[in-house]
Amino acid sequence: MIGLEHFLILSAILFSIGIYGVLVKRNAIAILMSIEIMLNAVNIAMVAFSRYLALLTGQVFAIFIITVAAAEAAVGLAIVVAIYRSRRTVDVGEVDLMKW
Amino acid sequence: MGFPYLSIIVFLPLAGAILLALWPRPSARTVRLLSLSFALVAFILSIVVFFLFDRSAGGFQFVQMVDWIPSINAHYFLGVDGLGLTMLLLTTLLGLVAVLVSWGINMRVREYFCWLLVLETCLLGVFSSLDLILFLLFWEFELVPMYLLISIWGTGRKDYSAMKYLIYTILGGAMILAGILLVYFNTGTLDMTQIQLTGTTPIITTMFFLLFLGFAIKLPMFPFHTWLPDAHTDAPTAVSVMLAGVLIKMGGYGMIRLCVSMFPGVAHDYAPILAAFAVVSVLYGAAVTLRQTDLKRLIAYSSISHMGYVLLGIFCLSEMSLTGATLQMFSHGVITGLLFAMVGLVYDKTHHRLIPELGGLARRMPVIAAVFSIAGLAALGLPGTSGFAAEFLVFLGSFSSGAFRFVELYTVLGIIGIVITAGYILWMLQRVFFGPPKAEYEEVEDANRLEMVPIFTLVAVILLIGVYPAILTNVIGLGIAGIV
Amino acid sequence: MFPEAAGWAIFLVPVLSFAIISLITRPFFNSRPRISAYITIASISSSLILSLWALVSVIQAPGHAILLEPHDWVTIGSTTIQVGIAIDSLTAVMLIVITVVSLMVQIYSQGYMHGDGGYHRYFAFMSLFTGSMLGLVLASNLVMLYVFWELVGLCSYLLIGFWFHRPEAARAAVKAFLVTRIGDFGFLAAIIFLYAKTGTFDIAELYVVAPALLSATALTWAAIGIFSGAVGKSAQFPLHTWLPDAMEGPTPVSALIHAATMVAAGVYLVARTFPLFAQSPQAMTTVAIIGGFTAIFAASMGLVMTDIKRVLAYSTISQLGYMMLGLGAGSVAFAIFHLANHAFFKSLLFLGAGSVNHATGTFDMREMGGLKKYMPWTYAAFLIASLSIAGIWPLAGFWSKDGILLHAWGSTPVLFYLAMITVFMTAFYMFRVVFLTFGGSYRGGSEARSAHALHESPKVMLIPMVILAILSITSGWLPISGFLGGESMGFFEVLSHPMPWVSLILAGLGILLAYAMYSAKWLSPEAVGRRFQALYRVLWNKYWFDELYERVFIFSVLVDGLFLVLQWFDTYIVDGLVNGVAGATIAAGGILRRLQTGQLQVYGLAIFIGVLAIAACLFIFAP
Repeated sequence: MIGLEHFLILSAILFSIGIYGVLVKRNAIAILMSIEIMLNAVNIAMVAFSRYLALLTGQVFAIFIITVAAAEAAVGLAIVVAIYRSRRTVDVGEVDLMKW
Repeated sequence: MGFPYLSIIVFLPLAGAILLALWPRPSARTVRLLSLSFALVAFILSIVVFFLFDRSAGGFQFVQMVDWIPSINAHYFLGVDGLGLTMLLLTTLLGLVAVLVSWGINMRVREYFCWLLVLETCLLGVFSSLDLILFLLFWEFELVPMYLLISIWGTGRKDYSAMKYLIYTILGGAMILAGILLVYFNTGTLDMTQIQLTGTTPIITTMFFLLFLGFAIKLPMFPFHTWLPDAHTDAPTAVSVMLAGVLIKMGGYGMIRLCVSMFPGVAHDYAPILAAFAVVSVLYGAAVTLRQTDLKRLIAYSSISHMGYVLLGIFCLSEMSLTGATLQMFSHGVITGLLFAMVGLVYDKTHHRLIPELGGLARRMPVIAAVFSIAGLAALGLPGTSGFAAEFLVFLGSFSSGAFRFVELYTVLGIIGIVITAGYILWMLQRVFFGPPKAEYEEVEDANRLEMVPIFTLVAVILLIGVYPAILTNVIGLGIAGIV
Repeated sequence: MFPEAAGWAIFLVPVLSFAIISLITRPFFNSRPRISAYITIASISSSLILSLWALVSVIQAPGHAILLEPHDWVTIGSTTIQVGIAIDSLTAVMLIVITVVSLMVQIYSQGYMHGDGGYHRYFAFMSLFTGSMLGLVLASNLVMLYVFWELVGLCSYLLIGFWFHRPEAARAAVKAFLVTRIGDFGFLAAIIFLYAKTGTFDIAELYVVAPALLSATALTWAAIGIFSGAVGKSAQFPLHTWLPDAMEGPTPVSALIHAATMVAAGVYLVARTFPLFAQSPQAMTTVAIIGGFTAIFAASMGLVMTDIKRVLAYSTISQLGYMMLGLGAGSVAFAIFHLANHAFFKSLLFLGAGSVNHATGTFDMREMGGLKKYMPWTYAAFLIASLSIAGIWPLAGFWSKDGILLHAWGSTPVLFYLAMITVFMTAFYMFRVVFLTFGGSYRGGSEARSAHALHESPKVMLIPMVILAILSITSGWLPISGFLGGESMGFFEVLSHPMPWVSLILAGLGILLAYAMYSAKWLSPEAVGRRFQALYRVLWNKYWFDELYERVFIFSVLVDGLFLVLQWFDTYIVDGLVNGVAGATIAAGGILRRLQTGQLQVYGLAIFIGVLAIAACLFIFAP
């Protein structure tokens, strides 16, 4: 029987993979994709809790997150394209304007 | 309530600054004339106030009190007694002189005169506000014009000096703020005229020393004095005049108005230590002055020595010594203002400020030499000048005060200062003006008519106060009588 | 009846003359310098007339004193500082001496300063000086006295440095001001001390209350303080070094300020506050010892100087020492009597030296000689003054000097013997000057001025000298000592005592020795110099006091010693600490800013670790 725990563990694994990608990947697009994974990990947890508690709020939030994620991906990719145009690179190690 | 003389005097320079800022594309001449007229009107009004001041009544006059921030009991509260009135007069006088000696400024003229006028408003505000928060507001805001004036129009290491000035003063301001907050939370009022804490409990002592240290930095007292030579040396002439003439007097004024008058018990208990610092300032300042070779630095160090007399007079706590200290503040303001104006003139003409490079100038610039000598002689306390009247009263008041043990010894040590002062002043005059004329200064010119106006005005004031000091002491005495 | 306004006018008229010259004639009539001289002479003449009126009034007044009400100057709380004038016999004598000598010097200066670029300035300062000096003797309280005391010092400074383009003059002026100011420090302290103890500055009141209110020790200290001011002003040992250097000023200035009047102000001050001294035997002894020692000490240096003005300067110090000795011996009358006589003959000597300089262009006696032939009037006047200062009967100097000797004999015999030796030395160095300058044949002058260029000075310079010469003879016959409350001696009766004969013989021996060495050449001065070479070097170098004070004390110990250390302390410790705090802040920032890499991922990692840490804490520490 697949219970709540299994969904939550799956969610946690996905989230950790996302975190790892965000912190370690040098490529800005890969980082954006990792963020998507993290968001979807949250979605799984939301939907699982919604089913478990028989409350629709979780599913509503999951829909919200999918929308926001789409917007975020659009803006993020636009920024990446802009950076690529000005710097000819999407390596985040090169982009350190926030220093000092 | 009557005619709001004080508000008008205080905010007139600010109004001038705003008008200047908004004036559409003014020529440099318009800017100068406008600032001159505002400074002049402020000066005339302060003379009117001086004569309207009721000598028979004493106390605080021209009082104006309006609710400002009711929740913390703060008021827009202006008023002057004899002490504040004297300082007010000094500020408007030197404010006028500062505008006149700035005539030759030709970099960012409008901005310069705006800040100069704003500075004057802040100083006037400090000397006439009777509400602690209002006082602090003016005290702190003075930093803005001062910082900009030094760092934009200064010379030499101007950024360093401006920053040093800023940091020192903010440190002092923070202590004053802490002191004022302590006073407020312990008394529930911000009205200077109401507060009097005669006790000597640790909390009152803390209040006293927070305020005292803030003022001591401004005065400046040894060992908090090193911002002063740098700031003076690198500031433009008019700013040096204001700085030495008026700004450092805020320290002395604050000590009398806040420390001595609010905490008489603590002041009395710690008087011996503070008077010792005063004597050290006098002698140490004079000794170091003797080693200076830059004219501006020399006069800056001499200010430390002379302000030591103010400190000595304040903490001998007798009526005469406090009157002498106040007169010394006025006198030193005028004399040092004149000295800085003269150094500015010498520098304008010769483009040198180092004593070894100057020499034999008296032949080429007799008027500058004569006025410089008068200012120097006044600084060394020659009778007939205000310097003597003030220092004599300080010595007399301190010696006979009996405020603490060995006060006589402190005074006698202080008197030694006048011998060293004579040494550095005369030596400086000798090396700058006397001796054979140097070929490189063959073409330098003497002061022109316009430059003579401010310097002769100050000479007249020095001699007037020197011959008949009662003009001021009668008024100062009224203020001091309410404090002692 | 003498009105108060006239009293104030005595010193305010010359001050007004100063104001007129510096504010009107110098700026607007610069090309007409004579106007300034006339204004000065007119103002001092009016002071002289008013002073004569004051003298007549004082003679007629009961108790020889005109008391005038003081006026409030500064009032603070319950204390009032007053200013006021008082005229008694002492003041009256001083007024006459000052105005007469000053008037003569001003008339003379018209010739001496002719063509000088600073003509206006000269007369302005001279007016201010005369006014201040008159104010000094008129003042009825110590504050006003101190004010004028400093003002005459200022005028002295300005006039010594009159030719300020000469470095020696500028240096001498500063030296004069500073050395006298060291003395003034004691004077000011004494004034404040007396006020703190008695609550008054009024001199007449102090006479009464000070002995009553002050302990003996306190009174001695107060008297010593006042005396230190007098030591500085009157160039007494150990503050004597400024006066010889002060000769850098124009010669009429030396005559008026550094011979006749200002340097005598110290003597006047002690005389004025004499009742305080009289209460303290220690103070009296100090005054007598300093005076007696200075008299012989300065005379010894005068023996070897070759600059005519420097000889006269040391002679002045020596004579002022006599006056102090007289005061210390308890005789105000004879000290002031000598002051008056000395003012006349010493100013005459200086004017004579100026006249000689006018002709030869030098003050060095080795380049003079034989001037008797070319300048008979100057010679006659100079000779009279020399005889007078040597104390030859019946000239002025004799009367006052013998009075002082008589009192010294009565109080401290040791000082009396010193004073007797000084009589001999005085006669010797004065006649050394006379023979070197006027005797023999002409030795060239400066820039080798030829002998036929030598000429007698113009009348405007000679007439004041003649008048002063008459006074140098006759002023001793005036009953000044009697007027001041001392005894006076009969004209011939005095010769029936043995003492005057002793001093006359000593003076005669001095003149004879000078004649033997410098006129008849029985003894070669060079041979004498070689014989006593060590002594000669000590005297020639003025006992090395200048070196001791300036090079050793002022420069090595203070300016380049202690003050240098303080400056170092200021720069590296006080300011260094401040800059150190600033530097430490910057250094800390330099290290900490490396944490801010600008890499978003590093920040993200830090946040992640932080969140984990918080979560871990919650699990571990949650109850």
